[in-house]
Amino acid sequence: MMSSLNRMNTRIIPFSFSYHEPTSLEEALSLLSKLGADGKILAGGTDLIVKMKARQAEPRHIINIKKIKELRYITVDGDKIRIGALATWRDLEKSSHIISRIPSLLDAASVMGGVQIRNMATIAGNICNASPAADSAPPFLVHGARVKAMSENGARFVPIDSFFIAPGKTALMPEEMVVEIEIPLPPHSSSSAFLKLARTSMDLAKVSAAAYLKVDGGTIEEARVALGAVAPKPIRAPSVEKELIGKPATEETFKNASKHVVKDISPIDDIRSTASYRKKTSPYLVTDALLTALSRIGGEKR
Amino acid sequence: MIIKFRLDGRDVSVEVEPNELLLNVLRDKLGVKAPKYSCGIGECGACTVLLDGEPVLSCLTLAVDANGREVTTASGIKGEEAEMLMKAFAEEGAVQCGFCTPGMFVMSYALLHEKKRPTEEEIREYLRGNLCRCTGYVNIVRGIEKVVEMGGKK
Repeated sequence: MMSSLNRMNTRIIPFSFSYHEPTSLEEALSLLSKLGADGKILAGGTDLIVKMKARQAEPRHIINIKKIKELRYITVDGDKIRIGALATWRDLEKSSHIISRIPSLLDAASVMGGVQIRNMATIAGNICNASPAADSAPPFLVHGARVKAMSENGARFVPIDSFFIAPGKTALMPEEMVVEIEIPLPPHSSSSAFLKLARTSMDLAKVSAAAYLKVDGGTIEEARVALGAVAPKPIRAPSVEKELIGKPATEETFKNASKHVVKDISPIDDIRSTASYRKKTSPYLVTDALLTALSRIGGEKR
Repeated sequence: MIIKFRLDGRDVSVEVEPNELLLNVLRDKLGVKAPKYSCGIGECGACTVLLDGEPVLSCLTLAVDANGREVTTASGIKGEEAEMLMKAFAEEGAVQCGFCTPGMFVMSYALLHEKKRPTEEEIREYLRGNLCRCTGYVNIVRGIEKVVEMGGKK
């Protein structure tokens, strides 16, 4: 990792490409269908341009979608929140009246990069980049988000659980693009939280965890736990979830359930951390995320 | 292709290739040297400019993306508040080697436009995407606080 950083020329993009700037979704989809795997969607650019400088991505065609203004929105629609493909992380922070229903996503926004990155980077881009450490992934996983993918042939919904395939790889077909992320509005007496361990809050996660809880009369009715940076893709932790449901919502329950997280994760050593550190810290981070989520139920959301 | 945009209050037009970055075009083709090339991967904030008033990183922005828009660098930030910031930076020793300063200055200005009276915590949070290799953060924060104390934005 270090050596590849040293070899990269970060001053320029060291190859040529054709540039397209569609002004409508139809135009973008028609370009994608024509170009297939040769075409790459550019939105915020904070991941893609870095990869292009390092020649980790060498698309022959760049399709800049930023002129498709109608893709920039965050709205409530019936029983779901819809996040358009061009909504940025700062848009998310500014929509806090809506997103306060999804507190773990606001947690992620508050630790995602600096102001400049949050102005540029889109939330959809964060999942399309498919980093195992993507900050938005654990919140989307615990909230059961769906990704709306479109091609010229129409739209389909991909549950977030099956969206991530491998590092940098998603379930999107070459001719498809993400147009929206949909999150069901969570019921009352539920809440969520996201925490990450990183060198500084701006940095990529060594380990991240999100928890979602629905509690009724002190008993855990629903529980979902997800982690980042501890597997080839962001993952759910079914072994933990199983130990939570039907139990009293107490610190003791959380601590006991969190121990089981080691069955769900398969961390590696890399530039940011070691497998051993990740294994040791994951249970504590999960417990803390559960406690934070619980503390938000019924009271102040965040 | 030829792109046209507003740069520090004047209209410019320049021929660029799609793979050229805004930072390089500003520095090498348009002679605006305020934004600095440092990390090139969006970690340090030295290349920060305002694009339609919002701080962005010019090292990760394609030049073609500036077409039809308004780009403001540290050189283009003028007026009473900019003067106050410059004076406070000088008095508090916020400028050491000076390389991060244009980015810090653009961010400080943007912050004071967003929030009239930011707290120290809010200042540090807003500047967290800007690195100072002289580690002169305390003096930079003090510089901004000084402007806040003097009444900041009029």
